[in-house]
Amino acid sequence: MANTYVAIATVTVGSGGAASMDFTNIPATYTDLQLLVSIREETSATAVAFIKFNNTTANRSERYLQGNGSTAVSGTTAVLQFIACQPSDTANTFGNASIYIPNYAGSNYKSVSSDSVSENNATGAFSRLVAGLWSNTSAINQITITTDTGDVAQYSTATLYGIKNS
Amino acid sequence: MPTKLIVDCSTGVTTEVELTAEEVAQREADAVAFAEIKAAEEAAAQAKADAKASAEAKLAALGLTPEEIAALS
Repeated sequence: MANTYVAIATVTVGSGGAASMDFTNIPATYTDLQLLVSIREETSATAVAFIKFNNTTANRSERYLQGNGSTAVSGTTAVLQFIACQPSDTANTFGNASIYIPNYAGSNYKSVSSDSVSENNATGAFSRLVAGLWSNTSAINQITITTDTGDVAQYSTATLYGIKNS
Repeated sequence: MPTKLIVDCSTGVTTEVELTAEEVAQREADAVAFAEIKAAEEAAAQAKADAKASAEAKLAALGLTPEEIAALS
């Protein structure tokens, strides 16, 4: 049976937090990539995390739909953003994100879709859907996960999966 | 100095590396840039909400009921 869904690598943040989680030397042997992230901000209070490809912040864009339990907003940004738990959220909880990147090794621009939420035992918690684009023709060989300011908190994890169509 | 976690997908080895001065500067610049973007988004959302409230107040002054105003949106 074909091995079509492979865990390429996992990273877990240790004591003291980390500025980023980086996947480097991503092999070009899969059809698509999926990134599953469990993440909490160490200090920032924005519930925001980002991804960038090949160590550049250029040429990212997204259209998003986001709700917080009482209001919904939509719009566009020049980043690729998903939801993390922030320090004011329930202790020891983490935001969850599923990020899908089809045809990551091709020579066309790279589309990205993500579905992310925060966990909070209160009225307000975030959910965000993103249709993103990295307008670059290079194969993706590096993915970096950061928060907007401050560190990624201890016990945050990310696993990168490679998907093959056969 | 902040550190970053790097996992090499070709080996599976994870290393913790201190950010360079350039990376720290870039990180700070990115944070400032995002704060500006977020402020602009919030200002735009507030302006839209203010315009909606203003429009609804004017419609109410013309005699429309809350139900009639809600039916327009």
